[in-house]
Amino acid sequence: MGVEQSQTLGSGFITTSLDKLVNWSRAKSLWPMTFGLACCAIEMMAAGAARFDLDRMGVLFRASPRQSDVIIIAGTVTKKMLPVIKTVYEQMPEPKYVIAMGACASSGGVFDTYSVVQGIDQELPVDVYIPGCPPRPEGLLYGLMKLQEQIMKERNSFGAAIGIGEVVKEA
Amino acid sequence: MCDQASVEKLKAKFSSAVLDVVAFRDELTVTVEKGRIVEISAFLKEECGYNFLCDLCGVDYLGQQPRFMVVYNLYNITSKKRLRIKVAVDEQNACVDTVSGVWATANWHERECWDLMGISFSNHPDLRRILMAADWEGHPLRKDYPLQGPDREPYQGRLS
Repeated sequence: MGVEQSQTLGSGFITTSLDKLVNWSRAKSLWPMTFGLACCAIEMMAAGAARFDLDRMGVLFRASPRQSDVIIIAGTVTKKMLPVIKTVYEQMPEPKYVIAMGACASSGGVFDTYSVVQGIDQELPVDVYIPGCPPRPEGLLYGLMKLQEQIMKERNSFGAAIGIGEVVKEA
Repeated sequence: MCDQASVEKLKAKFSSAVLDVVAFRDELTVTVEKGRIVEISAFLKEECGYNFLCDLCGVDYLGQQPRFMVVYNLYNITSKKRLRIKVAVDEQNACVDTVSGVWATANWHERECWDLMGISFSNHPDLRRILMAADWEGHPLRKDYPLQGPDREPYQGRLS
């Protein structure tokens, strides 16, 4: 059982090149699920608009979770909204990533109250936290680039894609 | 003032129900008995022309008797006059008749009042929580409800 979990295609030259190809294709065309909840959504829209274009990075906002790779939680997460977020996250196909944008999604922000979830990482596995209230569009761009770097460093992605083993993420 | 005229008419018709009239600067506030609020609202809407219910909210005076007050902010669109009606509500019997038959907007305002303050409204067509999650327990905007919620520690203040 232990052997099966660490089964990978190995780390030969061709394998790692194939891994790099898969990682490159995943990282350079991240399709986020639009999940703007509050004010951070406006900065997300600004990042997607003309001045700080996100489309030039391959980022195309999809309205359906079934067609997206990453979910950008932009805004305050209330306890009432939490089951909705979990349903949407579960509907995303693997590989999926989570970006917590802004102070409220990272830690509850200024709202230390009864109705606000103190950080979406209480329920979802977050890959990148973007601080700010709201973060500037350049901040969101930097967070997306950090996620791209994380994806490029994954190993055995080709193996996982053809069904042998799992993706090994860097710690 | 047209305001005063409406209040005089109100006092003439419901002399036993009008408990108090306060005029502060430009604002008139009338405190009435809770039992006749529907008749008084219908009278104000039809006879005095207060056809816009701007706000219906609950106030929690923790430590006073009666504990709650339901405040109706009215506005007359044609004559541009405002009026405020207050109704005192006990904690034990926190129930007022609904005015959603008079002003339809009161439907959601009363739902919010029930959700956040715990003041229920009899004969309301759809009294359920509107802002909190449907299975929430407690009424958050009461003065004795902890800010961080009942399941978390209270705010410690700046620790550094």
